[in-house]
Amino acid sequence: MEAIINMALLTLLALVTVAIIAQRSLIGVVILASIYSFLMASVMIVLDAVDVALTEASVGAGISTVLLLGALHLTKTREISVPQTKIGPILLSLAVGVALVWGALVLPPFGDPNAPIHLHVAPYYLREAIIETHVPNIVTAILADYRGFDTLGETTVIFTAGIGVLLLLRGLRRRGTGSERPESDGPESDGPESDGKEGSR
Amino acid sequence: MNGDLIQRVATKLLLPFIVLFALYVQFHGETSPGGGFQAGVIIAAGVILVSITFGQTTAKKIAPWGLVERMIPLGVFIFAGTGVVSLLSGANFLDYSVLAHDPVHGHEYGIIIVEIGVLVTVAGTMIALFYAFVERGR
Repeated sequence: MEAIINMALLTLLALVTVAIIAQRSLIGVVILASIYSFLMASVMIVLDAVDVALTEASVGAGISTVLLLGALHLTKTREISVPQTKIGPILLSLAVGVALVWGALVLPPFGDPNAPIHLHVAPYYLREAIIETHVPNIVTAILADYRGFDTLGETTVIFTAGIGVLLLLRGLRRRGTGSERPESDGPESDGPESDGKEGSR
Repeated sequence: MNGDLIQRVATKLLLPFIVLFALYVQFHGETSPGGGFQAGVIIAAGVILVSITFGQTTAKKIAPWGLVERMIPLGVFIFAGTGVVSLLSGANFLDYSVLAHDPVHGHEYGIIIVEIGVLVTVAGTMIALFYAFVERGR
């Protein structure tokens, strides 16, 4: 049964990928990408990775769709069509694909308990996490405690990305509590911001 | 921007459940799937839904620019601050054992605190990005 579900989901994933490539309307591409994320979340649920599934559904299918549609709101919504097909990129993609399949052939079988990744720190986490942290969801214990540095780094990445996009979209001048007092900041940022505003209207 | 009747009624009906689900994902994340990242995104989705249905002005009554902007660094501050607190208490950076008298409780509290930090930064960033796109597009 699980094999049938997996097969159906992976087939749909492939179909959606082809549809994304064929689609010229960028709004259609965003919606298809959202469908792709939902299918991916379903795959994660079948693989019992519910934490990843929840993230994929909320971030991949939810917020990124809204943000990409917001970005399309600022740009054109049709992809510029390239008439002729270039042979170089196709060959490169095929070569990378073949290399990946070749590499995947020597991986340990899926779900093999003796695979190297399951023999390193995973047994320790499974055995000790509940005793050391009293947190039954081991994923949370690993993310927030054992790998706290990583999660701090991830949070900092989101912080950096957020302020970066805010600076790009809002410009330097409207920094502060809002757009009510545009003259409050220094005069050195006048030039680029006014240029940008004229361009966007 | 004000949407149709069905959208407005559905938003009003769904919003409490969206926020409640986000809080569940956040504070039940120790025993069930989820955590600060997912909860932050879900809260942001609630605010964005209000913004799409009732307009920017209404959304900014719930989450004004000033608050959203401060949330972005505040979460990182909470997370890194937890590490500094454990550093000052004589342990390694982000070692939660010293946050309570019992090391196990310390780890539990530490996880809850840093997840709140993640929630604050993620929710703030996502809402701010959406606001920025909408304002730029006007």
